[in-house]
Amino acid sequence: MGVVAQAGAALPPPSGVLAQQSAEMPSIQYAAVAPLMIVLGAACIGVLVEAFVPAGRRWPVQVGISLLAVLLAGVFLGLHAQEINTGATTLAETLAVGPATLFLWGTLLVLSFGALLLIADRSIEPGGAFVAETNSVSEGRPPAGTPVDAPGAASAAVMDRAAGAVGMRTEVFPLTLFSLGGMMVFCAANDLLTMFVALEVLSLPLYLLCGLARRRRLLSQEAAVKYFLLGAFASAFFLYGLALLYGYAGSVQLSEIAAATAGSLRSDTLLFAGLGLVVVGLLFKGSVGPFHLWTPDVYHGAPTSVTGFMAACTKVAAFGGLLRLLHVAFEASSWEWHWVLWTVAVLSMVIGVVLGLTQQDIKRMIAYSSIAHAGFLMVGSITLTDRGLAATLFYLLAYGFTTLAVFGVVSLVRTSEGEATDLSDWAGLAKRSPLVAGVFTFLLLALAGIPATSGFMGKFAVFSAAFSAGMAPLVVIALLASALAAYLYIRVIVLMFFNDPDPNGPTVSVPGAFTTAAVTLGVVMTLLLGVVPMLALDWASVGGFVS
Amino acid sequence: MNLLLALILLPLLGAAVVALLRGNERAAKPAALVCALLELVLAAAAWVVYEPGGARMQLAGSVEWIPHYGVSLSFGLDGIALVMVAVIALLVPLVLAFSWGERLPAGRTRGGFFALLLLEQSLTVAVFAATDVFVFYVLFEIMLIPMYFLIGGYGGERRQYAAMKFFLYSFLGGLIMLASAIGAYAYAAETTGVGTFDWATLKTVLADAPTEVQVWIFLGFFAAFAIKAPLVPLHTWLPDAAEQAPIGVAVIVVGVLDKVGTFGFLRYSLPLAPDASQLLAPLVLTLGVIGVLYGSLQAFGQTDLKRLIAYVSIAHFGFIALGIFAFTSQAQVGAASYMVNHSIATGMLVLVVGMIIARGGSTRIADYGGMAGVTPLLGGMLLIAGLSTLSLPGTNSFVSEFLVLIGSFPTRPVFTTLATLGLVLAAVYVLRLYQRVMQGPPSGTAVLDAVGGPGAATDPEALPRDDSGGATARGTLRDLNGREIGLLTPLVVLVVLLGVYPAPVLDVITPSVEATMSEVGVTDPVTSQGGN
Repeated sequence: MGVVAQAGAALPPPSGVLAQQSAEMPSIQYAAVAPLMIVLGAACIGVLVEAFVPAGRRWPVQVGISLLAVLLAGVFLGLHAQEINTGATTLAETLAVGPATLFLWGTLLVLSFGALLLIADRSIEPGGAFVAETNSVSEGRPPAGTPVDAPGAASAAVMDRAAGAVGMRTEVFPLTLFSLGGMMVFCAANDLLTMFVALEVLSLPLYLLCGLARRRRLLSQEAAVKYFLLGAFASAFFLYGLALLYGYAGSVQLSEIAAATAGSLRSDTLLFAGLGLVVVGLLFKGSVGPFHLWTPDVYHGAPTSVTGFMAACTKVAAFGGLLRLLHVAFEASSWEWHWVLWTVAVLSMVIGVVLGLTQQDIKRMIAYSSIAHAGFLMVGSITLTDRGLAATLFYLLAYGFTTLAVFGVVSLVRTSEGEATDLSDWAGLAKRSPLVAGVFTFLLLALAGIPATSGFMGKFAVFSAAFSAGMAPLVVIALLASALAAYLYIRVIVLMFFNDPDPNGPTVSVPGAFTTAAVTLGVVMTLLLGVVPMLALDWASVGGFVS
Repeated sequence: MNLLLALILLPLLGAAVVALLRGNERAAKPAALVCALLELVLAAAAWVVYEPGGARMQLAGSVEWIPHYGVSLSFGLDGIALVMVAVIALLVPLVLAFSWGERLPAGRTRGGFFALLLLEQSLTVAVFAATDVFVFYVLFEIMLIPMYFLIGGYGGERRQYAAMKFFLYSFLGGLIMLASAIGAYAYAAETTGVGTFDWATLKTVLADAPTEVQVWIFLGFFAAFAIKAPLVPLHTWLPDAAEQAPIGVAVIVVGVLDKVGTFGFLRYSLPLAPDASQLLAPLVLTLGVIGVLYGSLQAFGQTDLKRLIAYVSIAHFGFIALGIFAFTSQAQVGAASYMVNHSIATGMLVLVVGMIIARGGSTRIADYGGMAGVTPLLGGMLLIAGLSTLSLPGTNSFVSEFLVLIGSFPTRPVFTTLATLGLVLAAVYVLRLYQRVMQGPPSGTAVLDAVGGPGAATDPEALPRDDSGGATARGTLRDLNGREIGLLTPLVVLVVLLGVYPAPVLDVITPSVEATMSEVGVTDPVTSQGGN
């Protein structure tokens, strides 16, 4: 994808002889794919920067390029939203950009802008949360006797500083952009092969990003390996399913598959085996229900800013892809698979809530909360109505902002050994830092779905759509799960406000400008979408997917 | 609309100002009180402007909020909502005055406490005023948050547990209600083609809904309100919350917040699911009567002053539920006026008990005895509050309880007869409380310590005595001061006034109750038109 987009961006519009010679070159609707090309183009430029810009100057350049690229992509998206809202298929029908896809792209861009801000912050952890630029000291001489894992990791960081290595690996920026590009393609892919390629483009950088934490290296690397291995399995499932579906429909085009499922005497076994495998791949990425096993470990081990990026954007992409697949290709066969995903939704909610209750680590707890939220999102995804689609899109946007801000705040609460993710460390936080505790409380209430937050509006939109689609029992289960989930979050609020702080407990870092901006963005949007949901609901309801 | 909007926004504004001033207690306290008094003036103005028998919803106004789901920010008052708003406006300044110098847990500011109280007031007024089901739900849930912090932040020993329990119970109930609200919305969308949460529209649409649809809608709302008002199997949060909450907050919880539940029965359960409410009335009545008896017996057995009051309230809520679901206008008027009178009587009881606790430093009944000899005024106040609670003729509660009982008898003789036992039990638990705390010679560790200084309890001879040898020297145990007398006076006046001349409240309530009855489609049995 990157290559195609890059070529498109770099070449002048085909004209004259050249155009006639390359008659097979697909026509490209530049307006529609401009945001995508900008993001992938900037990612390539980022790689070049890594190669040619001196180490000391890379960070500002990379930050500038990535933020600018995301902004610019957003501007292009805004400019052309009207014009392509009717839907456009381009690049030889591999991409289909319609209203729903545009909404997902907008969501991805604005969320990744926030995530990039978190990633770019170097003030909380001196030098940034990622592996140091010159890591020869810490890697060349592993501290004898002590594990590199926390709390011994502190000594590694001390050595980093002693060696004057306060910089960070700036590859994270192009990696993030590549991943973002993959996510965008994922939500727009018009055939399963493109979707698979996009899945890999979005996943591979994420695997790397997970392993780049400056502190608690072993945890981080373990998380990366785990994510990679399980992710590879999921990709394999997806690919196998793709093959079966090709066998069934004779095409990987979503519209062809839809036509085949609408009425044919072909083997249902191929269809449902294929669909099942493909969906498993997607559910894995969305950390849904029984396919969630990687989530707590990876959320826990990855650098917090990356966790924020994954939690917000990967979820959007995975559900974007799932929605697209179900709406475009498998709507006609919904009667047969409906109950399976119904069960998955329930499982996901129950697993997320019940296991979440037992967690003692804030990042793992949020991970389980994200699994529960994935269950709620499933409720919206399987309605297959326009309102359900709009509601799910809204939910994704709302949840993304909230979870981004949550991880922003998590990165602020620290002990001398790094982030204080153990829940007991959060006791009495309100006494020490009322503002941070207040903000976090608001975000937790949003995750719990208390009215006046976007979390409630999202849940309400999804549940009412599901109710209208005749899934009242599922809605009741989801509401009960929400009530149970509230305990998960209230527990933390109790801890922060009503418990006495441990004198040796963590301190709250003064956030740098970047983290402040990201958290503010998340909090303001959480409030705004809760109070004036029409801002996004109108846009989310413009229309569905095209093929 | 402007007046109602001001009623909602003024405390909100006050809360913001007080929160900003919270570092400076000397500025924050008067600011809060001024705000609460202004609110009382506004409430009085609303009472004057309100025309009993006029439009169903008065002072109404509406602004579109989420057109996508047919949600508007609509507010309006009927008679029942009006009296409840008036009661909050009355109680909040009293609570502020009570908490003026109360000891707070370490690290808490009084400004923060008052700001949260004002915020709670604003939200509660809005809950009573909402005429859009969605807006009602939203406020119903948001209302929990300041209360959660009030209990959890300023309460007693086990406040975290109590706050959590309070929150989770109410939140769960709210979510079940949300399911019903969505169901009502979906049904309206299906039958009329336009989904809406407007109360008046839903009411007309759902009136023709099949009974099985109504039953589901009724049950959802019922779950929320039965938790809120606490009916018996769902009541366990209230004793904990009332016990752990600081006195001022306990007044608001028992006096006002719980009424949202019974108010919800009248405003939402009955009109939105008329057939189902009649069909399921026996269920509610059973719970109500169990509540009356169980609450009374529990109150009898309590060793903690505040828990006792909580169980008294549970018994009274049983009466209110009986009145509402007996489906005669007399009983419903009785129930609606009981909501007001219970707020006044129980509010006063909590405040007086708070004054006792402030003197003795203990909430255990056994720690007190013979206070009346030392503090006669306080004793008198406890007696008045107690008599109003046991519905002595001549006090305000009597009128309501009487209306409920004679109104319910024609349609539900068995339930009514059983509930009447509650009257007897009420006399027992109230008088027993008074006797143990006030009468006899000074006794109990708290009283003796307060009279004779620490250690006096173990050495009765150390008590300072006057010439005749009685233990009348006051020590640190003082009778009511001017502030306390001032804040109890309005309540005493209301207890007596509404006891002998209940017309002002009944006149406002009656048209709204009759409108509710006609919405349900019930007419009074002919025989019940006598007594009033």
